[in-house]
Amino acid sequence: MDFLTLLQLLDTTVRLATPLLLACLAGLYSERAGIFDIGLEGKMLAAAFFSAAFAYSTGSVWLGLLAGVGVSLVLSGIHGLASITFRGNQLISGLAITMLAGGMTVLIAQDWFKQGGRTPQLVGAARFEPITLPFAESLQGVPFFGPLYYELISGHPILVYIAFALVPITWWVLFRTRFGLRLRAVGENPASVDTAGVSVVGLRYAAVMICGVLCGLAGAYLATALQAGFVKDMTAGRGYIALAALIFAKWRPWYALWATLLFGLFQALELRPDLIETVIGIKVQVQVLGALPYVLTVVILAGFVGKAIPPRAGGEPYVKER
Amino acid sequence: MTAPAIELKGISKAFGPVQANKDISISVQPGTIHGIIGENGAGKSTLMSILYGFYKADKGEIFIKGQKTAIPDSQAAIAAGIGMVFQHFKLVENFTVLENIILGAEDGALLRPSLAKARSELKHLAQEYELNIDPDAVIENLSVGHQQRVEILKALYRRAEILILDEPTGVLTPAEADQLFRILDRLREEGKTIILITHKLREIMEITNTVSVMRRGEMTATVKTSETSPEHLAELMVGRKVLLRVDKKPATPGDVVLEVEGLRVIDEKGVERVKGIDLTVRKGEILGIAGVAGNGQSELLEVLGGFADGTGTIRMNGVTLPLMGKGADGQSRRHAGIAHVPEDRQREGLIMEYTAWENVVFGYHLDPEYQSGILMDNAGIQAIAQEKMDRFDVRPPHPKLAAKNFSGGNQQKIVLAREIERNPDLLLIGQPTRGVDIGAIEFIHQQIIALRDQGKAILLVSVELDEILSLSDRIAVMFDGHIMGERVPDQTNEKELGLLMAGVTQEPAADAAKVVDQQFALQDEERGGA
Repeated sequence: MDFLTLLQLLDTTVRLATPLLLACLAGLYSERAGIFDIGLEGKMLAAAFFSAAFAYSTGSVWLGLLAGVGVSLVLSGIHGLASITFRGNQLISGLAITMLAGGMTVLIAQDWFKQGGRTPQLVGAARFEPITLPFAESLQGVPFFGPLYYELISGHPILVYIAFALVPITWWVLFRTRFGLRLRAVGENPASVDTAGVSVVGLRYAAVMICGVLCGLAGAYLATALQAGFVKDMTAGRGYIALAALIFAKWRPWYALWATLLFGLFQALELRPDLIETVIGIKVQVQVLGALPYVLTVVILAGFVGKAIPPRAGGEPYVKER
Repeated sequence: MTAPAIELKGISKAFGPVQANKDISISVQPGTIHGIIGENGAGKSTLMSILYGFYKADKGEIFIKGQKTAIPDSQAAIAAGIGMVFQHFKLVENFTVLENIILGAEDGALLRPSLAKARSELKHLAQEYELNIDPDAVIENLSVGHQQRVEILKALYRRAEILILDEPTGVLTPAEADQLFRILDRLREEGKTIILITHKLREIMEITNTVSVMRRGEMTATVKTSETSPEHLAELMVGRKVLLRVDKKPATPGDVVLEVEGLRVIDEKGVERVKGIDLTVRKGEILGIAGVAGNGQSELLEVLGGFADGTGTIRMNGVTLPLMGKGADGQSRRHAGIAHVPEDRQREGLIMEYTAWENVVFGYHLDPEYQSGILMDNAGIQAIAQEKMDRFDVRPPHPKLAAKNFSGGNQQKIVLAREIERNPDLLLIGQPTRGVDIGAIEFIHQQIIALRDQGKAILLVSVELDEILSLSDRIAVMFDGHIMGERVPDQTNEKELGLLMAGVTQEPAADAAKVVDQQFALQDEERGGA
């Protein structure tokens, strides 16, 4: 495998890892605050559809993005209402949201566009275009660095750069700010936050809303940047893979980056089975490659990859005790 | 006279039909320690929760330093200079001391300046009140006593003038409790006002200036500590005369019933909890196991009771019992003549959702006497349960009530009725009076003594040193999975046992023991009043 092919593979990895990373960080905020969210998948799916639909009708990808984030926020609000205000079961609420999104998107898509549950192809300004970073073209001739910069770092849609920037930002927010300290505390021992005179409910809603925004970005990226339009069930389990990555990452932002990149690499390999064949000399069924991320998910969830300690108050509604 | 630090006037609070606080008024002078004593459910915690803004009182007024103050939430309580140290600490286990201290009292949106300020402030507080602690230590690595210090520091960092401590010594060793009292004394000298909630009469007598007694939501009396006695306080708490000392004849130990040799227990995390202990318990004697919670006593009981695995040898009436695999279960243990009153009655001793009559036979429900053909003889069991509940004075005496509807003391009586009435050779009993009212403690202690006098062997595990000292015929002290030594109650004292509980084997000097003897004699007087 030559250098250029490797770069192309990594480039694909980055593009495929981006929605996973956004969803993983979304889950990180929510779960660090003690709210489990298996509705990441549903929020991404709803955001993917609404962003594509609005981008198509308005012709502006930015309005599409806004719509995607908006619907994701609404679903987050429902999850918050069910699990924070009414102290319901967080898993059931998350599952309900995912099922709702799965059916609702196709139904509305069929009603609006009559194309079998998909949106029409997005073109032009209705889609996030790759950004060519400064000097990418002119530096192309520089050995090693030139192609690296041109192929791998430059030429992605804006959401990719946002997703990667969110990793250090999330780290900083969590570990260097008052909000982060309280957010982590509320996921570990909400009573400590409550007795300190800080609102547990307020913090948890804030976390759930941040989760909503990030899921919205992830969904919009799928439909308006990675693909050009919405198709039925286009998230394809990415919300669940992001959750597995979150456990793999032990609820830490930098680990989340590496975990999602690993999953992204697997997904990239699925698209290039010929590469595997040239490297290891055996023809691997493309279906086997396709199953790899899911196999890894199962392995991680079964606890084979070290012990991950979740936030201690995770999944439990906070009830003030005497 | 200066204005009281805190004054409550006519506080009332009801939860549905239950009147938790009825027209309560107290007034606490600044720079004093005021004790609030009362049985479980007397309304102490409710009252303090109102003071800390957890609940809103239905009626009544709160005055802080003479100013009428509304306390709608914890934020307001903190602003009014009230700090609270809860029985169950409100600390984030995987945060450092500093992070816990600034949580909710940060100075700005960024942590760095807040942490720096807290670090220097902590140095000040450490000097002023002798509250030394490593600011960078992670809470889960600290001892319980130090965690409590962090809670006190948290309150002081928020400039608390009034400190409320809810059952602060429940989790401490005697030495740690002494240290806490020295800290409280120091805080009092510095002019802080302290409210100490406890059910331990000795603590009230030892440190408070004034004491209020609560019973069934009412404040029955407020007296100067120097003008009262433990007997008087106990009477005010329960509403009748209570025998504080256990009345018992000397033991007449018979044949060996239980022999434990080289017992080791490794828990599911792979940590060795019991590290090779030897014990014997004879007929007609009570062996008390003293120790701070978490030093292997629970695991010892679990292995003996047949619901944890171990290695070593256990002989019951000369017959070796299996410690793992087949035959190492509760059912087999019961057949071997072992009855077990577990430490955690709500999780291990009872099924809370089941009725009292079901709980009274549970574990023995396969016995032929409870069967009627292939079905259970429910009517018969209910009659038996009724009889047992009457004999054990379970209140209310309704077998069809779910276990969760009984108070702690009455739940314990249900477990005792089940286990003792089966006429076992050996009774394992863990924390028999944890969360149990004084009146019920008296009854439970009498039952244990009566069982001993019938010639049964009893293994008692308790973290309450008073209980161990007054019930046991021999005392073994556990520390870190080892038995540190065995003592006879008449020839030891709380100081010596306390040192053993902390892992110190040698008494430093003979005359120190003498001083302690005198103290012990005094405490004995306190306990018994005779």
